[in-house]
Amino acid sequence: MALRISLNINGTEHGVDLEDPRPTLLDVLRERIGLTGTKKGCDRGQCGACTVLVDGRRVNSCLTLAVSLDGTEITTVEGLADGDTLHPVQAAFIENDGFQCGYCTPGQIMSAVGLLSETGGKASAEAIREGMSGNLCRCGAYAGIQDAVLEAQANIAKAGKS
Amino acid sequence: MADIPMVAAHHVRLGSNSGQSMTRKDGLAKVTGKANYAADNRPEGLLHAVFAGASIARGRVTSLDTKAALAHPGVVHVMTPDNTSALSQDPDEKTTPFTARIDVLQHDDVRYAGQPIAVVVAETLEAAIEGARLIKAEYDEQPARIGFDDGEAFTPEAVGISTPPKFATGDLEDQRKQAASSVSVVVETPLQYHNAMEPHAVVAAWDGDKLTVDMPNQAIGLAKPSIANYFGIPAENVTLRSPYLGGGFGSKAVLFGPQMLGILAARELKRPVKLALKRDQMFGPVQHRSATRQTVRYDMDADNRLLAFEHRANVSTSSFDNWLDGAANAGLSLYATPAISVAHTGTRFDTGTPGAMRAPGIATGSAVIECAMDMAAEKAGMDPLEFRLLNYAEKDHSNGKPYSAKALRECYETAANAFGWKDRPLKPGQMRDENGMLTGWGMGTSIFHAPFFPAKARAVLRKDGSARAETSGADMGQGAWTALWQMAADGLGMAADDIDFDIGHSDLPDGSVAGGSAHTASAGGALFAAGNDVIRQLAEIATKDSDSPLFGAGNERLIGENGRLFKASDPNVGESYTAILERAGIDEIEGQGRGNRDKASTETYAMFSHGAVFAEVKVDPDLYQVRVSRLVGAFAAGRIINPRLAKSQLTGGMIWGMSFALHEEGVHDKRTGRPLNNDFAGYHIPVLADVPHVEALLVDEDDPHVNDLGVKGVGELGITGTVGAIANAIWHATGVRTGRYPIKIEDLLKGAEALKA
Repeated sequence: MALRISLNINGTEHGVDLEDPRPTLLDVLRERIGLTGTKKGCDRGQCGACTVLVDGRRVNSCLTLAVSLDGTEITTVEGLADGDTLHPVQAAFIENDGFQCGYCTPGQIMSAVGLLSETGGKASAEAIREGMSGNLCRCGAYAGIQDAVLEAQANIAKAGKS
Repeated sequence: MADIPMVAAHHVRLGSNSGQSMTRKDGLAKVTGKANYAADNRPEGLLHAVFAGASIARGRVTSLDTKAALAHPGVVHVMTPDNTSALSQDPDEKTTPFTARIDVLQHDDVRYAGQPIAVVVAETLEAAIEGARLIKAEYDEQPARIGFDDGEAFTPEAVGISTPPKFATGDLEDQRKQAASSVSVVVETPLQYHNAMEPHAVVAAWDGDKLTVDMPNQAIGLAKPSIANYFGIPAENVTLRSPYLGGGFGSKAVLFGPQMLGILAARELKRPVKLALKRDQMFGPVQHRSATRQTVRYDMDADNRLLAFEHRANVSTSSFDNWLDGAANAGLSLYATPAISVAHTGTRFDTGTPGAMRAPGIATGSAVIECAMDMAAEKAGMDPLEFRLLNYAEKDHSNGKPYSAKALRECYETAANAFGWKDRPLKPGQMRDENGMLTGWGMGTSIFHAPFFPAKARAVLRKDGSARAETSGADMGQGAWTALWQMAADGLGMAADDIDFDIGHSDLPDGSVAGGSAHTASAGGALFAAGNDVIRQLAEIATKDSDSPLFGAGNERLIGENGRLFKASDPNVGESYTAILERAGIDEIEGQGRGNRDKASTETYAMFSHGAVFAEVKVDPDLYQVRVSRLVGAFAAGRIINPRLAKSQLTGGMIWGMSFALHEEGVHDKRTGRPLNNDFAGYHIPVLADVPHVEALLVDEDDPHVNDLGVKGVGELGITGTVGAIANAIWHATGVRTGRYPIKIEDLLKGAEALKA
């Protein structure tokens, strides 16, 4: 049951041949396309390390069958920076030490990007804590994560006004 | 090796890099997805391996049906004990105190649920997962023994890594005769599983009898020869790469069965193999924190001074190995107690073997000690902080040694002020917030020892002014890439940005284990010394060179800074590193370094980091749901190399304390021994919504004895003290102590009912 799907990943079209419908988006990204920035922490939607954007919306890529995504646009952590210029969320994670081991970080960052677009730049600290709670961080970098998302939101707003 | 350079003793002023809150050197790689973790590697011809785990906890596999798995498209091989070659070293032999007994398909016995009983290797990950599901096993099952009432009791020879299981000093009975009052508490703590976000993984590739392994590892220098022993090859044939670890917390310090199976599969199939654990497989073969049943008793005189401290801990281990969490050793050096008696007993559960988990022993023991101290303060009618200050240890009462440095008083004061501890009502149940929530304040003392390991490092200065520093050390998130880099640069007297820096690879000098909160002191000390060795050689060249402005200055103190060597007495007299090398016609100078702790200091002083943690909780008066609304800690840990990263380590530790107090519990079915909550839906750790406010403050501390650079550790300190602080805050809000961790709603409700009765 060979299947061919087309995914636009970080602006590049990828034709993907699947021998059956089992591969998840996460495993296709990591094992078949070689975009290993997206991480596998639990493989069942409980940790958020695999968060990517599908058509702008944040999803757990481990819970999403690739075959269901034919023709979609996918953004992974590799697709956020513009060359050496970082996305404000990425820059704020560095500045606020929003990570330690870094393994949950791609998911945290993609989740934050999704959250800020969902809330239109008006997320309170509490809304950020709630909205980021699908992304586990075992190192306990939460203080930095909250500060990073708040700072990124402020910086995006500032850039929008100027 | 060149001479081991001696670094000037006591309070060395480091250069311009250390002490700075630089952002992480690995930050850019980590926020762009470029940081390469073990399972991210995909060598040409890669096969995927997934192991099938035993569904019983004790017994024997009587038959394994692999037909369906082998018939599944894409499956190329199934490894079982019948077709798997023997390792060159018996995996049940303990060659070092760090060696864990591992299960690598060498026998049919089942010793815990989830133990690997077969490995399916396939062309795709999907086929390997499905193949593992298709393995059918039959067992001769024995009843599982789980819990202190069912497990087999034994008398341990050691706890932790070779620590005595018993200790006593002073005359406990005599002190008790003089006591006016006492408190005693029994508390149970559960099995806890490390659950680093990155599951253990290996990518193994053989080239003849040479092996390349990508594997997250906290102790590369130990792992390399151990792997070589298992596979019967010389250590120099093993290349181990571990540039990034997705968390470790102790669980990536020794070698485990599943990763060795991945290496074995690659050897059998003569192709590279990747084996990554699934999350549910993290609850068996890769260690955990022992469960404990502890009793702590304090006796006091009429003035509320402690006279005697007794701590007993019954600690779990597996049926086939002997690691025991040293919970009852946690209070030896904590408070002024003339008589001390502590002892451990062991109980064998049919689980995997426990191991070191962030702040082993101290976290577990201090979780109970701090409650006992609060109960003693209550009995004394004193504020918990005043009571601790009254019983402040001016020396280590377990051995009479003075502390190398102890700024705990300053920690208490700093954290109490920042928290607003003043005017806390003594009795419980006195405070409500604006929403009617029961509000409680509690505190605890943090302590963690300051060990030191014999790490090595190398530094090279080149004629063109470039430099390199390296050690095999490991960054599992604590910030080694950054803090060690800062120290290496200061050793060389250069800006950090001007040196190449490398860690996380077995070709580099042995940076020793990243554990025991000793890595910055040990590996950082070695890097600093390596740089100093370069500067020493450079100074030797310059002072003997009649064309150098430093000619003849051999008896003077010279300083290397910003790539220039000059006289301490007259900074104008000097020249650049490149000028010295250029004129001497030398391409590069290589320096070797080891960190140094003075032997006499080790004999003379007790060495610890300290801290104080204050917690505020809000408890729903009807539902008894608990929220930790604030955590404030202040910590003293000698010289802080990077305040930003140190604070992250400390707040991370405090969140682990919250997790210990309220969330984590590995539950095994009493009948089957199987883990019941082996995923993140069932095994709870805090999320961002659980942590509205956590704050770590750094207290200055000059420790002139702990090592040449006065550096102590911060990685494990934050968890200690925090657990008890939260339990004490819950008591202060509700009047209830539950007697077990994690503190659960149902236990609080029961306790509240009992109070009303």
